Amino acid sequence: MTYLAVKAFHPAKVPFPLLHVDTGHNFPETLKFRDDLVEKYGLKLNVGSVQDAINAGAVTEEKGVNASRNFLQIHTLLEELEKGKYDAAMGGGRRDEEKARAKERFFSHRDEFGQWDPKNQRPELWNLFNGKKNFGEHFRVFPISNWTELDVWEYLAAEEVPLPNLYFAHDREVLERDGVLLADCEYIEKKPEEKVFTETVRCRTIGDMTCTGVWRSSASTVEDIIEEIATTRLTERGGRADDKRSETAMEDRKKEGYF
Amino acid sequence: MTETKTSSQASSSELCRFTTCGSVDDGKSTLIGRLLYDSKSIFQDQYEQIEKISERRGEEEVNLALLTDGLKAEREQGITIDVAYRYFSTPKRKFIIADTPGHIQYTRNMVTGASTANVALLLVDARHGVVEQTRRHAIIASLLQIPHVVVCINKMDLVDYSEDTFNKIHDDFESFAAKLDVKDFHFIPISALRGDNVVDRSEATPWYDGPTLMYYLENVHIASDHNFIDCRFPVQHVIRPYSDEYHDYRGYSGRVSGGIYRVGDEVVVLPSGFSTKIKAIDTFEGPIEEAFPPMSVTLLLEDDIDVSRGDMIVRENNQPEVTQDLDLMICWFDHNKPLQANGKYTIRHTTQEARCIIKEIRYKLDVNSLHRDLEGKTIGMNDIARITIRTTKPLFTDAYRQNRITGSIILVDEGTNATVAAGMII
Repeated sequence: MTYLAVKAFHPAKVPFPLLHVDTGHNFPETLKFRDDLVEKYGLKLNVGSVQDAINAGAVTEEKGVNASRNFLQIHTLLEELEKGKYDAAMGGGRRDEEKARAKERFFSHRDEFGQWDPKNQRPELWNLFNGKKNFGEHFRVFPISNWTELDVWEYLAAEEVPLPNLYFAHDREVLERDGVLLADCEYIEKKPEEKVFTETVRCRTIGDMTCTGVWRSSASTVEDIIEEIATTRLTERGGRADDKRSETAMEDRKKEGYF
Repeated sequence: MTETKTSSQASSSELCRFTTCGSVDDGKSTLIGRLLYDSKSIFQDQYEQIEKISERRGEEEVNLALLTDGLKAEREQGITIDVAYRYFSTPKRKFIIADTPGHIQYTRNMVTGASTANVALLLVDARHGVVEQTRRHAIIASLLQIPHVVVCINKMDLVDYSEDTFNKIHDDFESFAAKLDVKDFHFIPISALRGDNVVDRSEATPWYDGPTLMYYLENVHIASDHNFIDCRFPVQHVIRPYSDEYHDYRGYSGRVSGGIYRVGDEVVVLPSGFSTKIKAIDTFEGPIEEAFPPMSVTLLLEDDIDVSRGDMIVRENNQPEVTQDLDLMICWFDHNKPLQANGKYTIRHTTQEARCIIKEIRYKLDVNSLHRDLEGKTIGMNDIARITIRTTKPLFTDAYRQNRITGSIILVDEGTNATVAAGMII
């Protein structure tokens, strides 16, 4: 998405800032990559902190072995959007990722609470988008809605876009939970029977360390990744614990204001 | 991996978009599930998930319709409420399916899915034949100028794969469709549940020697669906870096909506009418020699004229109609208010926005008889009507039949901000 924006406005700079909702539970590699990216393209970056919201008592940290800050992001996101008085926030969500995302528009209208009402989204025809809204409302915009996971990787390969190492095979200390491998880290509370072992893994999709499943792979180049995805029998977000919380996990979060 | 020239050609596979339309219970969702399943495009974890749900609900067979019913309410009620997009590919092509509801109250969703479709799949239940819903959907496909229509006569297993039944439906539909503006249609006898003629040829229909549905989808000729004749370039954004390196750079970016643009071409900018030449066609990778639909490029002009978003760069001898008076076929979407005669709306056309007033409601179109009701002036949700409007500023238009991009508009209600109509310029 960032790369697409850089291309679209070339040779001018990208005229809008990037926003990172920082849960405090990111892979350290993610943060470094973010900073390098911003510097390389001369982008403006705003960071919203979930930890600050927890400290201020605005949201409460989850407890227990499956605790995650995934849901807490919503509050910080909405706060940042309101602070900046943004009309639209663009994201890389795609329709093939997940069944509630399959119903999204390119211009997804959100009410003044940032909430998504799937029954009240506007018809989108041809290439004509309706960006009209009332004061206080905003849009979530998804330019790559129609791209599949494979489309994204084929594009990244064709354009030789730099990527964080997390996507490629590397050795990591992991634990197994509910059939998924999670990266061992200070944010995950381990059950007594869960043992840590080392595996060669990679991330297919990247979220917080608490909810991103890694999977065994030896893919070390983008071409390897493409081959792996083209022949896999498991979906991209199959390893996302945040999606697994209920059958309607994504839909419910979006109704609250999630991306 | 394929060689790439520009990012818009990242894969050498063609992209085919098709809609699936049919009544509830026509088996549309089952058909999509079947296409995905037989082309091995369903992921294992997805299949296991719907297997579990089918079991939990006490269903006998794995309900493939569950793959596309994405929202909670849909899964509970067992119907599709909104447009669902599914993606799959075969070695020959990439596909996007816009799965749309059959319910009358969701016509707007069908129109949405149809607007960019290359192919429309119409589903007919072999036991019931052509019904009002089939006719309505065929008319919409015709209005939206979907170039290719395939009528899938489904549930052939329930009529003993009867050739007579198939032929009767074929003839019924054909006599109705003779009045429509559809260039190309085909009929295929299928059973989505059993898989007959969907991906694999059926042994049960020896009398049918046409293609299977998958074969048809993979081979239907869609490259000619773009307009490569009439040059149309709506300016989307003006790129001015104001940087040291690109101090005087002034580029006009947008998506080529018709015709072929080459460096050195003489062009005219609308609405000003100023003539100039194309100095360069720029992309991120560097300059290129020519651009055509659907490429997104930046045009640089020889002369320093004032061009802004909403303007259009065209060729002198083949210009769009510059007008403030439009004659349109519309589909009305608003469930709260009917179309207001003399009502004022916001109109969007290519990269322009203006206001307009409804001058005249000429007739309402009856979807069963194609009869024009000249007295019918109340245009409510899902109605199709012919109207004339006047806009506050000139738009650069073509007939929709000529160019789906420069021939289409949407109307927005100024109070609710809802998209209340889609319009095709006559």
